[in-house]
Amino acid sequence: MQNESETVVKSRTPLKYREFNIDQIRDDFPILKRTVNGKQLVYLDNAATTQKPQSVIDATTHYYTFENANIHRGLHFLSEVATESYEQARLKVKEYINAMSASEIIFVRGATEAINLLANTMCRAGIIGEGDEIIITEMEHHANIVPWQLMCERNKAKLKVVPIDDNGDIIVGEYDKLINDKTKLVSIVHISNALGTINPVKEIIKTAHSRGVPVIIDGSQAVQHQAVDVQELDCDFYVFSGHKMYGPTGIGILYGKTKMLENLPPYQGGGDMIRKVTFEKTTFDDLPNKFEAGTPNIAGGIGLGVAVDYLKSFNMSNIIKHEEELLNYATEKLLQIEGLRIIGNAKKKSSVVSFVIDGIHPYDIGTIIDTDGIAIRTGHHCTQPIMQRYNLPATARASFALYNTLEEVDKLVVGIKKVISMFK
Amino acid sequence: MTIKETHQSLIKEFEAIDNWDDRYSHIIKLGRQLPDFPEEYRLDKNKIEGCQSQVWMYAKLINGKLQIYADSDAMIVKGLIAILLRAYSGFTPSEIYSTSPDFIKEIGIDHHLSPTRKNGLASMLKQIKMYAFTFKALAI
Repeated sequence: MQNESETVVKSRTPLKYREFNIDQIRDDFPILKRTVNGKQLVYLDNAATTQKPQSVIDATTHYYTFENANIHRGLHFLSEVATESYEQARLKVKEYINAMSASEIIFVRGATEAINLLANTMCRAGIIGEGDEIIITEMEHHANIVPWQLMCERNKAKLKVVPIDDNGDIIVGEYDKLINDKTKLVSIVHISNALGTINPVKEIIKTAHSRGVPVIIDGSQAVQHQAVDVQELDCDFYVFSGHKMYGPTGIGILYGKTKMLENLPPYQGGGDMIRKVTFEKTTFDDLPNKFEAGTPNIAGGIGLGVAVDYLKSFNMSNIIKHEEELLNYATEKLLQIEGLRIIGNAKKKSSVVSFVIDGIHPYDIGTIIDTDGIAIRTGHHCTQPIMQRYNLPATARASFALYNTLEEVDKLVVGIKKVISMFK
Repeated sequence: MTIKETHQSLIKEFEAIDNWDDRYSHIIKLGRQLPDFPEEYRLDKNKIEGCQSQVWMYAKLINGKLQIYADSDAMIVKGLIAILLRAYSGFTPSEIYSTSPDFIKEIGIDHHLSPTRKNGLASMLKQIKMYAFTFKALAI
């Protein structure tokens, strides 16, 4: 069944890309038209979550209006329609990240659940045991720290952390030193949510593989900003959330190489993941069902598929070009503000600008700027070790998506100048 | 002034300010005027942990009245502290415990009570009520 459907999806790949017209793009996102505190919304918190195009909103509504039924179960018409839509979404994701097969795409709640699934099942599979080591980096999101800490406690394993330099780049030489015969896993973020650093993941994977160590990549901040090809990267696992790539909340993806996923035991038990259940013994279904116990977020999955369609309707190089322009313009304009310092100046950066202003707490910046309808993030961005690294309580962060404009960057700059004048 | 009259005076003070910029400017001004926090109370156990800014709070009973001391590294939060201290510090635990914080809504800063502002007003208010409750219980 999957092979037949794959042909369908391939034929849907647009022959011609949409023109990258920012006005038309903004029209796709109804929320961008709203006002906040009487001002036009300027949404610059895209690393936390992106807004949703009308097509994604319509897809979830369409599902509940016309197709709602449980999947993989009923023989009836609606169950088949819902199953088909859900599985089509899986195929779209498979195509988007160029996985080898659709069964390597596991639907989860988000990147956090994906990493917890891996930490839990790797622990039970005995892949990581007493005295073994896991390598992460200093710039990981808490979602790629805490699950491993919990696992290390349980299995008496050790967490090794690759340090970063003042610019926010990984010190690759330190990684090379940390990896040894005890290393059983490397888990690293593709693009940092707090610093914007684009990590040299291909190089890191190659080094790990030369020692037979599998690698997990947290791609939560990457899949919406660049083309990701999991086969080309050769990563063993790749995880991301749907809501940061214009899709619904509560849905995300765990990609794993077939062989790697097959070596792991199920995560949760329940319906849809079994082959045969008796009170003596239960046998489990094949991939991907083995990891998808219970009724999933069907509407979310379908919505994520449509978000992938949306991203694929553009030539990715146009998205990259636009977001680079936003990043460069914002960096230039912000650095002209006296007393403002950008945290994270990596060689290769994604469209994230974290900053601090002398003598003004990020909480104060965020609160005042919100009164002008400008949404930025302030706080530790779920990366407290980064804040400790730079000896900061918090930062303010503007993060851009494909619908943001240079005028919005100007509004941010005006807003920040107002903040400074209020606190002088 | 009674505790209720104090709350009324705060409401009046903020009623006169009709836009957000001026309201925040006033809160910032109150923050700047907040008396220095006694350094001996700046301890981890007096810290209200949260996501957005650091807040320290300590209270003790002096002549039957609760004296509250608090500080933050964010100026707007200091301003909110100044408002809370005016509303509650210097009254008896019973008065504090039994007076509802309705004035917060009336002066238009109730969105600071939202759960995302983890150590905004909500947790400070809870801490003040906890102190009042504890000292009230001890007095019985």
